[in-house]
Amino acid sequence: MSTETLKVPATAPSAAPPHPVREFWTYFSANRGAVAGLVVIVLVLLCALLAPVIAPHDPNLTNNAVFLKPPFWQEGGSLSYPLGTDAIGRDILSRLLFGARLSLVIGIAVVALAIVVGIVLGLIAGYFKGLADIAIMRLMDILMTMPSLLLAIVIVAILGPGLMNAMLAVAIVVLPHYVRITRAAVIAESSKDYVVAAKVSGAQTVRLMFSEILPNCAAPLIVQATLGVSTAILDAAALGFLGLGAQPPTPEWGTMLADAREFVLRAWWVVTFPGLAILITVLAFNLLGDGLRDALDPKLKR
Amino acid sequence: MLRFIFTRLSLVIPTFIGITLLAFFLVRLVPGDPIETMAGERGIDAARHAQLLTEYGLDRPLLVQYGKYIERVVQGDLGKSIVTRENVLTEFGQLFPATIELAICAILIALIVGLPAGIIAAVKRNSIFDHGVMGISLTGYSMPIFWWGLLLILLFSVQLGITPVSGRIAVQYFIEPVTGFLTVDSLLAGDIDAFWSALSHLILPAIVLGTVPLAVIARMTRSAMLEVLGEDYIRTARAKGMAPIRVVALHALRNALIPIVTVIGLQVGALFTGAILTETIFSWPGVGKWLIEAISRRDYPVLQGGTLLLGVVVMSVNLFVDLLYGLINPRIRHAR
Repeated sequence: MSTETLKVPATAPSAAPPHPVREFWTYFSANRGAVAGLVVIVLVLLCALLAPVIAPHDPNLTNNAVFLKPPFWQEGGSLSYPLGTDAIGRDILSRLLFGARLSLVIGIAVVALAIVVGIVLGLIAGYFKGLADIAIMRLMDILMTMPSLLLAIVIVAILGPGLMNAMLAVAIVVLPHYVRITRAAVIAESSKDYVVAAKVSGAQTVRLMFSEILPNCAAPLIVQATLGVSTAILDAAALGFLGLGAQPPTPEWGTMLADAREFVLRAWWVVTFPGLAILITVLAFNLLGDGLRDALDPKLKR
Repeated sequence: MLRFIFTRLSLVIPTFIGITLLAFFLVRLVPGDPIETMAGERGIDAARHAQLLTEYGLDRPLLVQYGKYIERVVQGDLGKSIVTRENVLTEFGQLFPATIELAICAILIALIVGLPAGIIAAVKRNSIFDHGVMGISLTGYSMPIFWWGLLLILLFSVQLGITPVSGRIAVQYFIEPVTGFLTVDSLLAGDIDAFWSALSHLILPAIVLGTVPLAVIARMTRSAMLEVLGEDYIRTARAKGMAPIRVVALHALRNALIPIVTVIGLQVGALFTGAILTETIFSWPGVGKWLIEAISRRDYPVLQGGTLLLGVVVMSVNLFVDLLYGLINPRIRHAR
């Protein structure tokens, strides 16, 4: 990291501005919280990728001999089940590792879906204005009026409980943010000279929208997407906790917590670890998002 | 000002129509036959099926059905719960005070802690206190509150035995509902023991529900204060030799309040989202728990009516906040 920052003056002579990526990294790496968030996310990603290799047990394998075994540092615990076992003898560490896969997939898939649909709707609303704009934005206002979890619950109630439907519900709930950001950025950009120049030189509407305007709206969308991953993970876990998301025995963190609720009085570990995993992952994405916003926001640069 | 009020009010109508459409289609879009879904696993014979179809008006065209639905809604008829046979609006009216009591306490906790924390963090920028407040509030903001509730139960109810695990009040107390807020009602009845019981039941859920708003308010207060503290008139006030506490309290805070008030208003929707989870964890008899139970019992009239009512409540609060905002900030009401 330090070599990276030291190189900046060497490769970028004082007369020429530094390469955008280098400039970005200079700002980003100055934010210790954001770097910490990035490191945690990479670690979670590694856990998720390597889950089959590093997990000591099969996440769904039940063992009659070890119901509610405490973690290894407590009396009665053993290193073969480092974080203990749940009520039907499944290894908690293995379930958490496999749960990391689900949570990352949920977060990224939800944001990807919301961002693609959101960009298209936002571009249409901001570029064409008029009736399309009014119709799209009114619809988004209605979606935003509903309390987010209530809306997600209603959608899941319609579609039926399950991980896929929960993801779809969360994607619909977060959609208005992306539409609004895209629309605002498009309106700000489309009156600028470079867009007018492209239009005068004969660029078609679709080309104007996607290859001229869109790249210049990227910064706020990247920030929102990063913060959106944390919202998606939280909301999907909440739905899992309410029994409306991933269904048992899927090792999803929220679903694990729902299973653990009745054992809160006698086995603290079945409750503590899945929630801690959610908190750490969500916190990491929020730290990264905050760091990206500071690094990408031109208003904050000197 | 009148024009601003009218423009803002005219936006309510499409939103209301949207909420009713959502509630209306909620029942229609459930896969499978609605009558059979309501009948559940017991099944239903063909004659009764046809009779119910006519009774619920489900054999009419969709647009007619929606028209009928709106007609009933504006008359306050939201149908009857399949499980309790109770009018949905009546049930909502009985449970809603519990949710409101919880929400008010949560927002009070958030304000009492979050506002001073944000102000001090801004004034003592880059101090240890500032970093601490920002770190804690980002953690609070990232908190899965359903887990946070379980942790607090684990600590305060199981380990320390200070607070009860669930419910609103110990079973031996019966308080005649006047306001529907048990803490207020027990005081009105002059029953101090009941008041302490109600308060001890209320405190953990309120902390859990207040966590995310607290974090948001602290962060927003800090950034709004930082912005204002950089203004020229603050420097002028300082240069005049005004006491630092007066500068912060009189000049800065007053001008920073506008974005803070907006954020508090925006938290109302988030509060109901949190209430659904909090009430489920603490078995708090409010509308959130009621809705979740309605889903597991497939009680569609309750889900439909509850969604509509909560949507209308949030819509009204948003409207109120917007109007208030126009009242305290002249720039807003003249811009439209």
